[in-house]
Amino acid sequence: MSNEKMTILIDGVAVEATEGQTILQAAADAGIYIPRLCNHKDLLPGGHCRICTVKINGRPGSSCTFPVADGLVIENDTDELNAMRRAIVEMLFVEGNHYCPSCEASGNCELQALGYRLGMINPEYPYQEPKNEIDATHDDVYIDRDRCVLCGRCARASVQLDGKRVFGFDGRGLGTRIAVNSPDGLGGTNLSVDDRAATICPTGCLRVKGQGPDIPVGQRAYDSTPIGSDIERKQTVKQAT
Amino acid sequence: MAKPKVATGHFTGCFGCHMSLLDIDERIIDLVELVEFDKSPINDIKRFSGPVDIGIVEGGVSNDENVEFLKQFRENCRILIAMGACALNGGVPSMRNTVPLKECLEEAFLNGPTVHGGVIPNDPDIPNLLDRVYPVHEVVKVDYALPGCPPSADTLWAALTALLSGEEPGLPYELVKYD
Repeated sequence: MSNEKMTILIDGVAVEATEGQTILQAAADAGIYIPRLCNHKDLLPGGHCRICTVKINGRPGSSCTFPVADGLVIENDTDELNAMRRAIVEMLFVEGNHYCPSCEASGNCELQALGYRLGMINPEYPYQEPKNEIDATHDDVYIDRDRCVLCGRCARASVQLDGKRVFGFDGRGLGTRIAVNSPDGLGGTNLSVDDRAATICPTGCLRVKGQGPDIPVGQRAYDSTPIGSDIERKQTVKQAT
Repeated sequence: MAKPKVATGHFTGCFGCHMSLLDIDERIIDLVELVEFDKSPINDIKRFSGPVDIGIVEGGVSNDENVEFLKQFRENCRILIAMGACALNGGVPSMRNTVPLKECLEEAFLNGPTVHGGVIPNDPDIPNLLDRVYPVHEVVKVDYALPGCPPSADTLWAALTALLSGEEPGLPYELVKYD
């Protein structure tokens, strides 16, 4: 990768980018938050959730997978794109069984935080209420598939960060579910509680056992500031010369 | 000008949202200056005296009695607000929705580990359960929704005072919570 510098335009602001970066990375370096769910800074982009969709020279594309190129014109924080993102978040809510009041991840959940940030009061789509299996066969970690958003972070982390292949996808379409590589369930895999995959879930789906909600309401990650505030606090939007 | 009338109703929930409404503390004195309470569990008035301006309902819809009273609310309230997680998505009671009703009843009243000689209740005075717990907006039209389990007293106060002064009840970031 060369370090060739280039300039892209995000919502009319000139942003300096480096060859090899994605649009999402270049924006984040400049203090511009593009909403994302399946993306994680330590993982290769998956392009699964489409929440980071921006308009690239007028055409929609996922900013987590699209490499920067000099002169790209990006639309990000527009009513149209945010409404589309909110619709995706609402669909994720109704396709699972997301009971925030009784979820240990509540307050620190990235799905919930996206709902807050994007202005979701309540999903407008009909609840699907699927029947899902809980996998509690592992001594230290459990899977509550009611809360899965199929972001694939656990699968990517297992391969890319832990050097294992514990998680993968099974089925297709609405029947897709997160699967493990043992017929005996998670307990039959070589997952360790210390693996990055065990704690990289953005929701309450993959959780370490025995950890209840231990942070008081009001002090949790997204209680008072929206998700993405850490990126926006950088305030380093570089004006191109 | 007569004070606006407010009615509140409770369906399948835990009454926590009404507790949260009482949690506005001394602001309740301001509230009774601002509005007149009609049918509500707070004053134990059982029937609507006539059309009211704002109806606030807590809880999901799990039985035929809930449906009947919710429809009364919609008919009598100019503005209907769904309050709290159970009204918005069924909440904790709707966790039964992934299990067929027959299995739920058999587990609770026939096969449960602490049941001896059980029978499934079938008294005509007991409301009939629906196949699943419905959010309020799947049964009647809802004008506004206030999320939270329960919505905080500040959330309810902010929404009510905004509506009473003729504004849209837009809530600041900190007051929108799904839990």
